[in-house]
Amino acid sequence: MKHDSWGRWIEAQPAHAVDATKATVAAVAASDLVLPYGMGRSYGDVCLNNGHTLIETERLCRIRSFDDDTGVLDCGAGTTLEDILRFVVTRGWFLPVTPGTKFVTVGGCIANDVHGKNHHRAGTFGRHVRALYLIRSDGVRLRCTPEENGALFRATIGGLGLTGLIVSAEIQLRRIESPLVLVERVPFRSLDEFDALSRASDATHEYTVAWFDSFAGRRSRGIFFRGNHAQARRTNWKADALRPRRSTRAWPVAPFAPFLRPLTVRAFNTVYFHANARPKPRRLDYDPFFYPLDAVPNWNAIYGRQGFLQYQFVIPEQSGLEPVAEILDGAAKSRLASFLTVIKKFGALPSPGLLSFPRAGTTVCFDFAARNTGVLLPMLERFDDIVEAAGGSVYPAKDARMSGERFRRIFPQWTELQRQSDPRFSSSFWRRVTQ
Amino acid sequence: MRVAIIGATSAIAVEVAKLYAAEGATLFLAARNEAKVLAVASDLRVRGAADVETFVADLADRSRDDALVAAAGIPDVVLIAHGTLPDQKAIDRDPLAQAAAFDLNATSVIALTAHFANVLEQAGGGTLAVIGSVAGDRGRRSNYVYGAAKAAVQTYCEGLRARLATSNVAVVLIKPGWVDTPMTAGIKKNALFASAASVGGGIHAAIARRRATVYVPGFWRWISLVVRMLPGRLVKF
Repeated sequence: MKHDSWGRWIEAQPAHAVDATKATVAAVAASDLVLPYGMGRSYGDVCLNNGHTLIETERLCRIRSFDDDTGVLDCGAGTTLEDILRFVVTRGWFLPVTPGTKFVTVGGCIANDVHGKNHHRAGTFGRHVRALYLIRSDGVRLRCTPEENGALFRATIGGLGLTGLIVSAEIQLRRIESPLVLVERVPFRSLDEFDALSRASDATHEYTVAWFDSFAGRRSRGIFFRGNHAQARRTNWKADALRPRRSTRAWPVAPFAPFLRPLTVRAFNTVYFHANARPKPRRLDYDPFFYPLDAVPNWNAIYGRQGFLQYQFVIPEQSGLEPVAEILDGAAKSRLASFLTVIKKFGALPSPGLLSFPRAGTTVCFDFAARNTGVLLPMLERFDDIVEAAGGSVYPAKDARMSGERFRRIFPQWTELQRQSDPRFSSSFWRRVTQ
Repeated sequence: MRVAIIGATSAIAVEVAKLYAAEGATLFLAARNEAKVLAVASDLRVRGAADVETFVADLADRSRDDALVAAAGIPDVVLIAHGTLPDQKAIDRDPLAQAAAFDLNATSVIALTAHFANVLEQAGGGTLAVIGSVAGDRGRRSNYVYGAAKAAVQTYCEGLRARLATSNVAVVLIKPGWVDTPMTAGIKKNALFASAASVGGGIHAAIARRRATVYVPGFWRWISLVVRMLPGRLVKF
């Protein structure tokens, strides 16, 4: 098994990797610093432990119980969202919050306190965790809930895997009437237009997100996606849910790497914009709506051998749109092609974790091929300045390059996580930003 | 549908069981480790199994076979999936350990297969699937005890299939290649390793189609063909 992170930019090798079901945490942690490793889908180095030990959670995947009436799921931390969807959708339940890929584990969703297209309604994943079981390096197994071991619970949500090994969790799912989502795609032609569209849609739609053509800065165009779970109009929706999903075969994407140049991305964006600029509502299966990129399970390889950097920040509501516009302008001027730029307004629901990233405001996520880093890295440093001045934040789950000083300034609560974390747990990320 | 799985906590068996659970089958699980089989049982109930029964026994212990087979009732499908992969180097000079490994991987598999063959024959039909291995195709230095046991199982299944040809009982021999499971935890992984989930899917499909012998993943058929045709003088690996 390879132990990369999804961005493939950081090179790191663990000294050892052990199966969580084959050894006790205490025994492994006695000899080396450890970090839990799930699907390796975080982009930077929060899932890496260079020179030390990874505890693979892949086999902590037993479903312990599921209550059809209340929607409470109790499962191992290595259970993937894909696996959960496989049996809950047919029973009329869905994930309360889901990131843009289903190939992530429950433990990873908790440790990064992930968010989804329904943040303005449901907040982060951590808000739907009723309880979790943690094994610490001293061998103690703790049940943590908002009330029981509350401080440790809050530190573990968004705690980057540093507070111990999450072995299982109880998640509150949400009801759906159909596996289909009613989707509208509305074109917009500026950041202000996006903002207005988003404010109007947040009241009427559970899921909102926008794709942004990053080449013209704040005056850029984009497509705003908004959707709601469809109502059960047809009676055979269980048959829909059982229909085999698209295959998840690896695609030979590497040959496309040389084409990820500004000119071709620009051309792609033009085609994509016009192909999608049709606001007529469509019924879509949940899979292509929530997980379009999962159709190419190795899509990260398109960036070639050197990998890519993802950069996601949030500018708080009270700082307005100007800092967002400034960063979008900066990215456009740099002529570094961000193949995929996504923008969304987070809602006001508080994130439960000590180090959770989401807060009310506007979040933007760029993908940059890790090419021309002499221009890219200083530019991201300037973006960090803007974000910090605006009182915003940068997402650790995607970060591979933020400076330690910066991290400690924008996450001053890091000292509290340090206190709550297990002394034998560490990660490449944590050492990079705290030492 | 009633499905009996022997050695039900093995990674491959669990993946097959999940597919039957999703179809709403009733599952009978026999395994050695009680805590593990109970965890698998609750997992399968959540995934949609109509019911899950468990039976805890050390499968190397022949005296429990009658009780096990009686508890399994009359299944439509039986999957015999138990076994261990001994560390060949560690037992190279230990006759008793070699005999014990052969006993679990061959004798106990054959005994239970024989029991279930009788049950299904009497019931008038069913599918009896047994997990062999590509290791049974050629004796190799790195795993010849395991390979010998799997070869015995394979030859046994061929004969049993002939005996049951006039009954409605299908004997399916499954020959997985290298699978990434706890059993192979000590082996360095390469591109030929398949996931337990994909092998489970292959087994589920082979049982549904009542195939005689299947390699999973299918490309192992060609690797095995070459390995079997190599002259003995050359096979020193």
